[in-house]
Amino acid sequence: MLNLETLLTTGNLLYAGATTLILIGIAGMVLQRHLLRILLALTLVEAGVNLFLIAAGFRPNAAAPIAVAGQFPASMVDPIPQALVLTAIVIGVGVLALALALALQLQRHYGTLDMAAIAARLHAAPGRGSSSGLPVEPSHSGKESAS
Amino acid sequence: MSWRGRDMAALLLLIGLGVLLAAVLEPILFGAAPMLVGSQIQALGAEPTGAANLVTAVLLGYRGFDTLGELTILFAAATGAGMVLAQGNRGRHDVAPVGFVLQVGSSLIFPLLLLFGFYTILHGHITPGGGFQGGAILAAAYFVPLLGHAGHPLPSGLTTLLEGLAGITFIVVGLVAMMAGDTFLTPFGDHGTLGQLLSAGSLPLLSIAIGVKVGTELANVLAHLGGIEQERG
Repeated sequence: MLNLETLLTTGNLLYAGATTLILIGIAGMVLQRHLLRILLALTLVEAGVNLFLIAAGFRPNAAAPIAVAGQFPASMVDPIPQALVLTAIVIGVGVLALALALALQLQRHYGTLDMAAIAARLHAAPGRGSSSGLPVEPSHSGKESAS
Repeated sequence: MSWRGRDMAALLLLIGLGVLLAAVLEPILFGAAPMLVGSQIQALGAEPTGAANLVTAVLLGYRGFDTLGELTILFAAATGAGMVLAQGNRGRHDVAPVGFVLQVGSSLIFPLLLLFGFYTILHGHITPGGGFQGGAILAAAYFVPLLGHAGHPLPSGLTTLLEGLAGITFIVVGLVAMMAGDTFLTPFGDHGTLGQLLSAGSLPLLSIAIGVKVGTELANVLAHLGGIEQERG
């Protein structure tokens, strides 16, 4: 039988937290209509993935993989996930900057960042390309704002 | 809020994804994940690279070529952001006047951030830190005077020049390793004493190149995003 004592370990909590962050982020990306909230949700997914990778490198009673006074600790955490996450964070910042730049141009062009309104505008202007790639059906537009 | 088909589908997707993730993570034991490369690297210790920080050894020694690829991604993203923001209306919008606290605080914190950024870059092979982290701190240092309206710390032409030089330095270090008969970006040079500032051969050089490149790129993006385009003279 499952008992609470074995279920509520640090590792399970960390894994559960990472999974929850990923799920919250995906929920935000699918359900929200405001572009900035979608981007915020994307960074949540990123944080969840990074948290999982770092947690996977954990070793019991281990120190950071750095030699102190010319001596490596007897037990060290895995350095590879840390190196991966290190670059992933910086890449995430760069990708977020690019996305924000595109969002800024959308705001300048359409005056809004509500994806439903933008999809409706795209449909209203024939010959300007289709809105099929946008994550919102135009039929809901204007009725509800992002909530 | 009414339940529409779209929201229901999203909910189903989330539940399915949650079950899937739980099933994937369940066999990965916490604290004993089956990753073999890391323990191999730990067993070798500082022998192959001479760096006391094994994370930096992995980043610059074992997978330096991947790091070059990641720098390329960052470069592409920063260039894309600059190109997207450069077109369209370039109107200067009125900026609210800066308060006294922000003005004084920004000029107070700027030299400290600069010092800490370079410290983090230069000690990347012996303490936690390195080019990526120090570069981010340098970019923050660049942005602080912009916030406080104290003017640009560097002309935008110079940041572009530094960015290019840093990228060239990284590649030249890799080519020098090739000239010695090794593969691209193999660590070379005297390993020195473990834990000293001047040790680990070519790794600190790569660290400095990454730090300058990341710092100038993020600084350019921040300046673009803030709408604080400098007049090109």
